[in-house]
Amino acid sequence: MDLAQFFDILWSVRWPILSGIGVTALVSALAIIAGSFVGVFVGLALTYGVLPLRWLARVYTDFIRGTPVLVLVLASFYILGTIGLQLSAFQAGVLALAVFCSSHVGEIVRGALQAIPRGQTEAAKAIGLTFSQTFSYVLMPQAGRQIAPAWVNTAAEIVKASTLLSIIGVAELLLATQEVIARTFMSLPFYFHAGFLYFCINFSIERLGKYVEKKLAIPQS
Amino acid sequence: MPHLLEIRDLHKSFGQTEVLKGVDCAMEQGDVVCVIGSSGSGKTTMLRCINMLEDFEGGTIAIDGQQIGYETQRSQRKRRREREIARQRALTGMVFQQFNLFPHMTALANITLGLIKVKKMRREEANATAERWLDRVGLLERKGRFPGQLSGGQQQRVAIARAIAMNPKLMLFDEVTSALDPELVNEVLQVIKDLARDGMTMLLVTHEMRFAYEVSKRVIFMNEGRIGEEGDPKQMFLKPKTERLAEFLKSSSFH
Repeated sequence: MDLAQFFDILWSVRWPILSGIGVTALVSALAIIAGSFVGVFVGLALTYGVLPLRWLARVYTDFIRGTPVLVLVLASFYILGTIGLQLSAFQAGVLALAVFCSSHVGEIVRGALQAIPRGQTEAAKAIGLTFSQTFSYVLMPQAGRQIAPAWVNTAAEIVKASTLLSIIGVAELLLATQEVIARTFMSLPFYFHAGFLYFCINFSIERLGKYVEKKLAIPQS
Repeated sequence: MPHLLEIRDLHKSFGQTEVLKGVDCAMEQGDVVCVIGSSGSGKTTMLRCINMLEDFEGGTIAIDGQQIGYETQRSQRKRRREREIARQRALTGMVFQQFNLFPHMTALANITLGLIKVKKMRREEANATAERWLDRVGLLERKGRFPGQLSGGQQQRVAIARAIAMNPKLMLFDEVTSALDPELVNEVLQVIKDLARDGMTMLLVTHEMRFAYEVSKRVIFMNEGRIGEEGDPKQMFLKPKTERLAEFLKSSSFH
């Protein structure tokens, strides 16, 4: 089979593939945004929460991080249904990935906040800043710079984990590719093609992360 | 007239260890008081109690008659609300051993943060105030530098400017030269001496005996959580009354 033939077929299946890319991007973006938002609060609870809240956040993150993403995906699709919360495959998939993302972001945020020397909080207190002011102007800007690289990793993990949604029938890039393969019997080139697309997505995320990291860097000398 | 600072029977423990075992101390406006003593004697802890970086279990601290950190309601001692404590902290300015400048902000922004957020100054006014103090510590031309781009001595001078720009009633200095390379110590001590000459009220914990001797109006020697001896520097350093102080001076670098 030559390359020209592959590109011919690729052209004929461009719409399902493009739609797969779109679904992958949408699922990942929604999960990363929602997961990061929740994750910041999980991280705050882990760092500053009163004891019962901190334990709750700790149990949540450890439990989620100790569970395979596939199990989370299946659970949010099948188990939530049995307790009367029937989500569509798309919704269940986004929920599972967002939950997974939030536990990781929570840990990242906790780590970044705890890495800031205590003297920073004390200096902020000493000039009379309240806790929320200290957090917004002193801690978060410093933690944000620490978070950036790890957060980019998590975002890339989410994109990769989104392939698991093919199991519950979300027509993301992998499932779209598999459907194309079922019609064309060209498994090897199309799997390579899908792999290449995932690489492109994650590579751009990583470049974006590097760019942001550089932009935010504090001048040292 | 209330004293500018009045500490009465201050008690503080870390877990089972009692660090302050009843400290009494008073300062008037314009006083420069140095606290000396071996490490673990409670001098830094006392300083940190004054701006509530440490809670304390017994005794009272008052600045200008205002009781710091706690209030007494129907003979019940109650910790004040966080917001109120934050407001009271602005009565004092604190300079730390490790400078603790905010690394993500320029020298200027380090100083204006408190002016804008706590003193509610407009930005132009805050900038002008910050520049005036940066000039005082001789760093006006470095206002756009980040802490990582400044030497230790320069960082500490910015930290002094940051604290004093808030116009506190009392400046607290916690071993501010201990983390500096020897050749950078003098520039910082010089700034403090200038402030002393201008009548700033200051309480300094220090290991620089020569400096304490020269700059202070009164010296407090802390020993095992109590004030071991206090008096004017000449008498303290040249004719110590207690055995303990004499021993301490002999082992320290004061000649």
